[in-house]
Amino acid sequence: MNAIASPTLAQVLDHPGIWRRSADRQPRVRALATGWTSLDAKLPGGGWPQGALSEILYEHDGLGELDLVMPALAALTQEHRRVIFVAPPYLPYAPALAAAGVDLRFLHEIHAGSTEAAWSMEQCLRSGCCGAVVGWLPDIDYRSLRRLQLAAESGDACAMLFRSAEHAAQNSPAALRLKVSNTDEATYVDVLKSRGLLTTTAPLLRMRA
Amino acid sequence: MLWACLRFPGLAFSAAFAATPEAGPSALLDHKARQRLIAATNAEASSLGVRRGQSLAAARALCPALEVRPRDPIAEERLLTELAAWCYQFSGHVSLVPPNALLMEVGASLRLFDGWPVLAERLRSGLVGQGHAHTLAATPFAAASWVFAASADGMVLPDHEGVRRMLRALPLAQSGLPVATVASLQAMGFRRLAEVIRLPRPELTRRIGREGVNWLDRVQGHASDVLPAWQPPASFRQKIEFDAELDGSQPLLFPLRRLTRSLANLLAARDGGVQRFTLVLEHARGETTHVVVAMAAPQRDAERLFELARTRLERTALPAPARSIELEAAELPVFRPPVRDLFEPVRGDGLDWPTLDERLRARLGDAALRQIALVADHRPEYASRYGKPTDTVSPPRQRRPLWLLRRPQPMRPEPAAVLAGPERIESGWWDGGDTRRDYYIVRTAQGQHAWAYLPPGTLDGWMLHGWFA
Repeated sequence: MNAIASPTLAQVLDHPGIWRRSADRQPRVRALATGWTSLDAKLPGGGWPQGALSEILYEHDGLGELDLVMPALAALTQEHRRVIFVAPPYLPYAPALAAAGVDLRFLHEIHAGSTEAAWSMEQCLRSGCCGAVVGWLPDIDYRSLRRLQLAAESGDACAMLFRSAEHAAQNSPAALRLKVSNTDEATYVDVLKSRGLLTTTAPLLRMRA
Repeated sequence: MLWACLRFPGLAFSAAFAATPEAGPSALLDHKARQRLIAATNAEASSLGVRRGQSLAAARALCPALEVRPRDPIAEERLLTELAAWCYQFSGHVSLVPPNALLMEVGASLRLFDGWPVLAERLRSGLVGQGHAHTLAATPFAAASWVFAASADGMVLPDHEGVRRMLRALPLAQSGLPVATVASLQAMGFRRLAEVIRLPRPELTRRIGREGVNWLDRVQGHASDVLPAWQPPASFRQKIEFDAELDGSQPLLFPLRRLTRSLANLLAARDGGVQRFTLVLEHARGETTHVVVAMAAPQRDAERLFELARTRLERTALPAPARSIELEAAELPVFRPPVRDLFEPVRGDGLDWPTLDERLRARLGDAALRQIALVADHRPEYASRYGKPTDTVSPPRQRRPLWLLRRPQPMRPEPAAVLAGPERIESGWWDGGDTRRDYYIVRTAQGQHAWAYLPPGTLDGWMLHGWFA
């Protein structure tokens, strides 16, 4: 006789490694509200995944890619949690930041070259005292991405990485990958990858229509 | 009263080998003897047969590769003072007993440190961590503690009569009496301290002198010891000179670690921190390099001070090999440990912002970390600057881009459509930065939203100034 009691199906399904595609058992993802209602409704947990890396791949500057994260960042600074910009490509412009509701006292910018930028981003994420760390690292490799993802997990911070849409086909350990692209009439946000979400073909968000 | 005595048999050795660690068999030469005699050896040298008291020639014959250095009494005193500073965290009364011992009154500290076993353990583990071999004994009489630290490591005896009984059983050689006195007493046939103590006092005074009798009284607690209490200094300055010039920052790390540890010991003694210190490196021809290490908040942890100093040092380009390194800290402000919320879970490394800020500054330089402030100025370039933000300025009511270009550049190709504008910005006549522009929000063929301007009254010559990212 087999002495080990065979587990029931329910017990097997309770295993955290198993995800079931059914409405009543959504995986529990802690998230930071994006501030975009239609986006929040579709993302698992209702926003940017907390303690994880999110990648935002954009085709060109000025498509509204930063607008996508601003409400969440503003909310963090208003709660007096630090937001760090690592190696931004242009000058973050105070009047627009303030108008978006950012409390500038809790926003910091780190000016660094590409290796130093990845290091600083990791340090900030790991420290546990930053709410969100937003980085512009154009030539980051898979290993560094993995390090950022782990650092975000360990520090329970929100990591956001902006990269060119050319990298969309690349493999990435990020929990969420969004692509910001443009057609004639509007800017669309598509999901390339999302932990705990069924990939849809319909765009997540339509901006600037 | 309970006096603990710490003796450091290897102190002279560590002091002489402070700048660079010894590699291979090494020995110390006595500076006093006319004949050059070995004063101390490391384990490697003694395994080759080099012994204390040998002549240098004999030692060299046994071990040709022996590295020999003279004793350095100044460095020894400094090291002893440093250890006193460290011990000061355990007792308010620490006294130096040159050349290599410390006495501290621990009777009053026992309750705070949870009794002698715990205190002794903390003393020992702390000293072992710093690499100092030591022996420890505690009795109610300071002189007796000093005697027993040499002969009975780890002994603790709070009972007066017990101490006296133990003393009487001691061989004369271990009594702490001067060597000459011991020799003459032994010549008289005395072997143990009990036999000497039994002698009539006037007789004894005639034979071993007033000093000897006085010593016996102090050891037995019949006369009190006068022990000057060591006071921690208000600033720190320590220098390590090298035998050879050291090139690059890597070899400097060993002496640097010693210096920062020594500073941390003083800080622990003062219950203070340090916010700013300077490393001074001396090169040939009197050149010096100053490396300033500044922190956001006072620090006192040895490891953290070392890490900060190390990153700063590694970032500094040294013009020439270094001959010495010095650490100076003029101000040692009060240290306030970070306050944590009891109920908030610690995330990640559990650092607070000032610590992270410091770590980043140490590696990237001060200029790399900045904040963005809003300025009440109509001209776009002046409305935002790097600096400390205040919350008194309110942003302009018109829409502004999140990204501003460092300087406006010609926009090619020209915008596909104008979405809003013009907004005339005309300002700055008072400081020579006169600006007169018509700003538009435009859309490019790729769907980008940009902030661009035209000189008033014209329709081409678009200048791109920002992105509505």
